[in-house]
Amino acid sequence: MSLPTTLTDFTLAQARDAVAAKKISSTELTKAFSKAVADARPLNAFVTETPEKALEMAAASDARIAKGEARPLEGLPLAIKDLFCTKGVKTTAGSKILGNFIPPYESTVSQNLWDAGAVMLGKTNMDEFAMGSSNETSAFGPVFNPWRARNSNANLVPGGSSGGSAAAVSGHLCLAATGTDTGGSIRQPAAVTGTVGLKPTYGRCSRWGTVAFASSLDQAGPMTRTVRDAAILMKHMASVDPKDSTSVDIPVPDYEATLEDGVKGLRVGIPKEYRIDAMPPEIEHLWTKGIEWLKAAGAEIVDVSLPHTKYALPTYYIVAPAEASSNLARYDGVRFGHRAKGAKDITDLYERSRAEGFGKEVQRRILIGTYVLSSGYYDAYYARAQKIRTLIANDFTQAYKKCDVLLTPATPGPAFAVGDKSADPVAMYLNDVFTVTVNLAGLPGIAVPAGLTANGLPLGLQLIGKAFDEATILRAARSIEIASGFNAKPTQWWRAA
Amino acid sequence: MSVDKDTVRRIAKLSRLALSDEQCAPMAAELNGIMNWVQQLNEVNVDGVTPMTSVVEQNLKMRADKVTEGGNADALMANAPDGEDHFFVVPKVVE
Repeated sequence: MSLPTTLTDFTLAQARDAVAAKKISSTELTKAFSKAVADARPLNAFVTETPEKALEMAAASDARIAKGEARPLEGLPLAIKDLFCTKGVKTTAGSKILGNFIPPYESTVSQNLWDAGAVMLGKTNMDEFAMGSSNETSAFGPVFNPWRARNSNANLVPGGSSGGSAAAVSGHLCLAATGTDTGGSIRQPAAVTGTVGLKPTYGRCSRWGTVAFASSLDQAGPMTRTVRDAAILMKHMASVDPKDSTSVDIPVPDYEATLEDGVKGLRVGIPKEYRIDAMPPEIEHLWTKGIEWLKAAGAEIVDVSLPHTKYALPTYYIVAPAEASSNLARYDGVRFGHRAKGAKDITDLYERSRAEGFGKEVQRRILIGTYVLSSGYYDAYYARAQKIRTLIANDFTQAYKKCDVLLTPATPGPAFAVGDKSADPVAMYLNDVFTVTVNLAGLPGIAVPAGLTANGLPLGLQLIGKAFDEATILRAARSIEIASGFNAKPTQWWRAA
Repeated sequence: MSVDKDTVRRIAKLSRLALSDEQCAPMAAELNGIMNWVQQLNEVNVDGVTPMTSVVEQNLKMRADKVTEGGNADALMANAPDGEDHFFVVPKVVE
């Protein structure tokens, strides 16, 4: 296959092979992407750009390549969601409360990537503490989707919470990016930016050094332009880690090696409960096409039922805020983070530091979490939600007796306009209706681009796998990628801005 | 059951979030919207269901009881808004 003429059009796999073969240097590649990052400031995809650090890392990579000591991701420039602590580089979690926080340590996931030779371009914008589905809750302003509807100049959201990473990948500002997914925060933004997003099984990646939102749901994963690139990056993000007791000691397979194995004989479940009321015809149509593609590639289509699907989102909005309210108790204005001035006593210091430092959505979720955990309400809300979570996980166990993977839409619609849904929290939460079940059950899920709306906006399909079976959803996603032939790109309107 | 202004004030206190009186009423309305929406969970029969405690079937790992890191006081203090000689400085707590 011939290589693209523009360096920023390289896929991660192409760049890896070209750098390893010394056809291009890491320095050339890094310069091209750092320029693309700087040129794309109108998108607001990055909170912090690190071009000098990137060039240092690239030079070190080029030196290793010259000595024949290249590692698997040697010299490949990536963007890192600003939820991963990066030693010596400001890490904000999209919040004013961490606006000046410079971690003295590195997250395990990002350390794994640097140990594999990757280069950091900067830290990507995100919804505050990963709470949002549109990147509009960031303390550093919204991110704009590189995609615009045909014949329109309206700015659209890139989804969230990993909106900056999705925009950076979609806009060719990096080869790939890291994201995190608590209720859909990798897969939903990937779907609405025409990119690939993989949330692995809970425990596949270490959570150490990643700013915590809801610890029983949070997982890191790759965001890329191709399924192959997701397979490559996933392998190097995953690890068992003594610093995270929930990281699982199961060998990380070579996902790339089985990527082209096809779906012949694979049993693909179609959950009837995902046919929700008022589903846009375009989503329905895309789902049908996905079924046809997999069938034509030799998969067996099976109807399955996940009866508790409709309860997943309300369950999530008890469990996630409950965990968030305890995780975010650490922000007290004492040890790190924003501190209110002129506090009259310690309680006043806590209350005002937190009120000044946290944005509105974060405060709302802390209050909900505190409420559902408070004396007298715990059993009615939190304990009940955890029981329903068991029922939701059991639904998947039952379904997987009849099938190997599930195929569903990734989102209930394409990217929407900035400001469209921010007034109604519940309307915003509904963006995650197809993705949130997967987090509650701890399973892997991948969003893969599958087509465009009549207005020219990308839509994605989701494949859900069995626990620790990322390899199968990756090869099924590859099959959809081949069948859809999706190769649309956003016009780079921001360059003229 | 609905969330009123007084409930918001109480949970804001528990959450250590300073909310003004003007903020409590609109927040009560928003929380009510969300809590009413989650009420649908009451339809589900949860009799005899074990609450989820872990999505992954594994026992919590044990590690050797030994010091693996330490002597990082400077790094720990580096982000403190106010500190002195490796102590965090806070307003007077005891009169």
